[in-house]
Amino acid sequence: MSLRLSTGGRFTDRSREIRFSFDGTTLTGHPGDTLASALLANDRLLVGRSFKYHRPRGIVASGAEEPNALVGLGQGPRFEPNQRATTTELFDGLVAESQNRWPSLDRDIGAVNVALSRFLPAGFYYKTFLWPRAFWKHVYEPVIRRAAGLGRAPHPESRDADSYEHFHVFTDVLVIGGGVAGLMAAKSAAATGAEVLLIEQSPHWGGRAPVDGGTIEGEAPEAWVHRTLAELDALPNLRRVARLMGAGVHDHGYVLGYERLTDHAPGQPGPRHRLWRIRARQIVTATGAIERPLSFAGNDLPGVMLASAMRDYVVNYGVAPGQRTVIVTNNDDGYRTALALHRAGLDVPAILDARPMGGGALAAEAREAGLRIEPGRAVAKVLGGKRVTGVATCLAEGTGAVLEEIACDAVAMAGGWSPVVHLWSHCGGKLTWDAAGAFFRPDPARPATGADGAAMVHAAGAANGELHLSTLLQDAATAGKNAAAACGFTAADISVPQGEDTPEAPLDPIWIMPRKATPDLRMKAFLDYQNDVKLSDVQLAAREGYESVEHAKRYTTLGMATDQGKLSNINGLAVLSDTLGQAIPQVGTTTFRPPYTPISMGAIAGEARGEIFQPLRRTPLHSWHEANGADWEPVGQWRRPYCYRRTGEDRHAAVAREVTAARTSLGLLDASTLGKIVVKGPDAGRFLDMLYTNMMSTLPVGKCRYGLMCSENGFLIDDGVVARLAEDTWLCHTTTGGADRIHAHMEDWLQCEWWDWQVYTANVTEEFAQIAVVGPKARALLEKLGGMDVSREALPFMTWAEGTLGGFPVRVFRISFSGELSYEVALPANLGRAFWDRLLKEGAQWQPTHYGTEALHVLRAEKGFIMIGDETDGTVIPQDLGLGWAISKKKADYLGKRAQERSFMASPERWQLVGLETLDGSVLPTGALALAPGKNANGQRNTQGRVTSSYRSPTLGRGIAMGLVRHGPDRMGEELVFTTEDYDAADEAATTVKARIVSPVFYDPEGKKNDV
Amino acid sequence: MSDGPFPALPLQGARFEGAVLVEELAPGGQVSIRGDLADTTFAEAVTAQAGCAMPGIWQISGTPERGLLWMSPDELLLLLPRAEAAEAARALQARLDAAAVHALVLDVSDARARFRLTGPHLREVMARLTPADMAPGAFPVGHLRRTRLAQVAAAVVHVAEGDMQVLCFRSVADYTFRLLSGAAAPGAELAYF
Repeated sequence: MSLRLSTGGRFTDRSREIRFSFDGTTLTGHPGDTLASALLANDRLLVGRSFKYHRPRGIVASGAEEPNALVGLGQGPRFEPNQRATTTELFDGLVAESQNRWPSLDRDIGAVNVALSRFLPAGFYYKTFLWPRAFWKHVYEPVIRRAAGLGRAPHPESRDADSYEHFHVFTDVLVIGGGVAGLMAAKSAAATGAEVLLIEQSPHWGGRAPVDGGTIEGEAPEAWVHRTLAELDALPNLRRVARLMGAGVHDHGYVLGYERLTDHAPGQPGPRHRLWRIRARQIVTATGAIERPLSFAGNDLPGVMLASAMRDYVVNYGVAPGQRTVIVTNNDDGYRTALALHRAGLDVPAILDARPMGGGALAAEAREAGLRIEPGRAVAKVLGGKRVTGVATCLAEGTGAVLEEIACDAVAMAGGWSPVVHLWSHCGGKLTWDAAGAFFRPDPARPATGADGAAMVHAAGAANGELHLSTLLQDAATAGKNAAAACGFTAADISVPQGEDTPEAPLDPIWIMPRKATPDLRMKAFLDYQNDVKLSDVQLAAREGYESVEHAKRYTTLGMATDQGKLSNINGLAVLSDTLGQAIPQVGTTTFRPPYTPISMGAIAGEARGEIFQPLRRTPLHSWHEANGADWEPVGQWRRPYCYRRTGEDRHAAVAREVTAARTSLGLLDASTLGKIVVKGPDAGRFLDMLYTNMMSTLPVGKCRYGLMCSENGFLIDDGVVARLAEDTWLCHTTTGGADRIHAHMEDWLQCEWWDWQVYTANVTEEFAQIAVVGPKARALLEKLGGMDVSREALPFMTWAEGTLGGFPVRVFRISFSGELSYEVALPANLGRAFWDRLLKEGAQWQPTHYGTEALHVLRAEKGFIMIGDETDGTVIPQDLGLGWAISKKKADYLGKRAQERSFMASPERWQLVGLETLDGSVLPTGALALAPGKNANGQRNTQGRVTSSYRSPTLGRGIAMGLVRHGPDRMGEELVFTTEDYDAADEAATTVKARIVSPVFYDPEGKKNDV
Repeated sequence: MSDGPFPALPLQGARFEGAVLVEELAPGGQVSIRGDLADTTFAEAVTAQAGCAMPGIWQISGTPERGLLWMSPDELLLLLPRAEAAEAARALQARLDAAAVHALVLDVSDARARFRLTGPHLREVMARLTPADMAPGAFPVGHLRRTRLAQVAAAVVHVAEGDMQVLCFRSVADYTFRLLSGAAAPGAELAYF
């Protein structure tokens, strides 16, 4: 059984006891424990069920690489699945639950999958669920999705109780990793004067060295760590932050860091996580190394653990994962664990060293301590069900014939180390195979490079393949110095301390244990714990032709779980290469992608949630609309009133009332969102002639003209009224959604193409409130306000004037998007609300009716005015819309002209704008298609037109629509058959509606109403 | 505009007291000026109108009440009392036109909302929202940055240590105020710079 030792624990505070619960049982631990160490201290070996076979699983590791011990953490709005117990700091009141088991961890029904495992090989899903095809979507996928996955997602209606934030910093050198190599690299970089930021994912500094031993400058590593931290803290140019993981290295030295501020103390004020967005000129990755498991049958039983993790638990937490531990190793490091356990008073009945000649100095030390060493031996299989009860040993080079059974309650496996090369690799750093250590290490000749083509990332220490103190410190010092030098800082002379550790005998890679293991053993030897990928699966994939490591990965799912194969990747590709008969470097690795370990969605979102998920743009009249029944609709990032509902009114009734008021008396519209761009300069006229399809240079000062803008490809992108303010100055109105886009379009052409033209633009959309005063009483209201002449003679249709109205400084445009007598009044935004209030007050005798965007749409549709985004969809040219009158034939060029002359654009077969009237007066669905006889090459029904916008016209008392129809303008009076929303080809009579082609101008075709 | 209608602030003078104080200020008078900043005739006309020197790149000249902000390689923002803005814009444009200097001068006093932030660790507050470097060496007093705050464009003006102003477009005043208040929430203090 696992238990708390009577002494020890570098990180734990034994003077205090804290309580937590696991699967409903209350347990105790100490401050400084991780959830994993506390579970072990309570003999909770079984912590979860595996993904595919529901096998019982225990804690394997002690850090970020843990594949098994994933729990659901917290409750209610703080519940989070898939949290690693090994990196979860224990706090009083922690609540955790195990995952992927039902009804309970001990009695799990899904475990029947284990018995079926020979029928669930690699690619099982691909092979099995191919047929019948329709079953995938409706039967197989839902069932598989329910069975798969580890943790459960939080309840969809729960809202994260915590807050999150981003933080942007710049630094010269970023050192990722706070072990002895990170400290050394940071010290060396900071000594040059460079700004250094040193980050460490765990709460502790010093990394593995204090556990693994050796000396630095003749003292214990921990003493050196304390001394060095004090030195670093005295430096003004160095900052260090713990609990901050380097999550990803991106282009141009952009690094994402993930800081966990209150995970260990929930409910404290302040953000839970902080996403650091770091711009580093140079990066040092001192991310250490991860020990590899060995692949023997039963290596996933609770009680089998990485040897290094086992001594971490003993030294750091004073917890013994077992009382009798068999060590199985292929290198000298396994002996460190044997000695650590022995020193802690725990039994080590045997050390199985797969190497025929056994180990070096550490082995000798173990032998002197009286430990039994068995060279050339391996584990044939682990004995036990839900926990280890013993191991069966065999010859390392054999097939697994059992030589002896040794009773034990834990197995420590030491398969050699792999440098954590993830962050080195994220941005393109390449690796090289180190045959002696049997690992991939950063290739210094092929680092990730910055904009200048020079190295941007430097690996240091164990992350660079320098696993021993004797060489690691010098390596890290050099990395730090080089990084600072690349930022232009001159190296300072600092003395690099001498590290010493016990020399080690060479490792003997043994990827399959025993080397000639029989198939039944290979089917029980797990490579990827989290995704349940076994030795036999990878070998099967290789035999089935998955030779590329990337293909084999996806076929077997090796390394595709939430741990991204931190323990399994090297073992898996070694087995693949072994089966393929290729050298490991030829097979290569899969791609390392950020983040290093999963980061919270909250951290990614930062402040963007709730009210500020997105910016919501408000006009100067927004709060008035809000207080007066506005039924909002989003228009770009603005909110505009769709209509204003009175008590008892539905949307349709409100829109009808608003339209009628504008037609018969007085309507008011907040048009502030319209884009307003001032264009000025000696070349401004020429510039606008290029931008618009018609002439703007000939527009007289004081007049307005409607204009169309096309893209280079000829398609209509925006429209609006242009007013000429002065000889060299124009004001261009754009659509609401077009303001920023068209301004950028203008600057693009000015800055990139016509950079020598003398034109300045300014987007003054936000400067003005703009209010449309619409209807037969519009003039009477403005005259009542007084201050300027707004008569037909002084201010005719399509002119503008500046002056005052009721004391407000205004610019009045005599333009109409409704067909009625209409003035658009622009004035400084901060006066907009006061002016609006005045209009309502002074207009009271005519019952001024504020109207929304839907009434605006109906009014314009009754007049046959097109709407960008309704009649246009990016494939429509002005000629399609009967707007030939707004296209200059005289101009040599304008944007879109050449495109519009191409054969397809000039084709008479293009669908063209017409009005549509249903025979029965009903409203056509927007987007309805006009049916044509026959079917096309794809067996689809032919069509000959579509509805682009459709409304109930309160003015005409019937449905009206606009649409694009083949040869439309030549077919006036013809009837077409349109689909309805529930169109059914088998029953066209009941699911279509007939409409007649008419002029798109339904109301006041002579334009008498607005020219009064 | 003592005799005219009274202009309303975008947020009616909103205020948040957190780790730092966030206050909405009256935007004051603001005149946008585009032109060739290296042209001496242009510079003479502008400085005469502003009553202060041309600002250096990323810098403010004069004071936040009456000064010039460097907005882009060909754009300045003149700050002055609101009552003077319309006439200043007209006069400066007329003077530049008369000198045949290609330039665009507009009164944009109502286009933006303006906030003042005062208090400790202000650089850290702003660094939560802007990707611009807020370190003392990169953003000294007297500098400004045109940048973004989360999802909107803004200018950050460093008036004095522990005293900054933020200019954003009027329509996103509410969003920006919420952003700044969130970044200044008490309990989230961070001392990095």
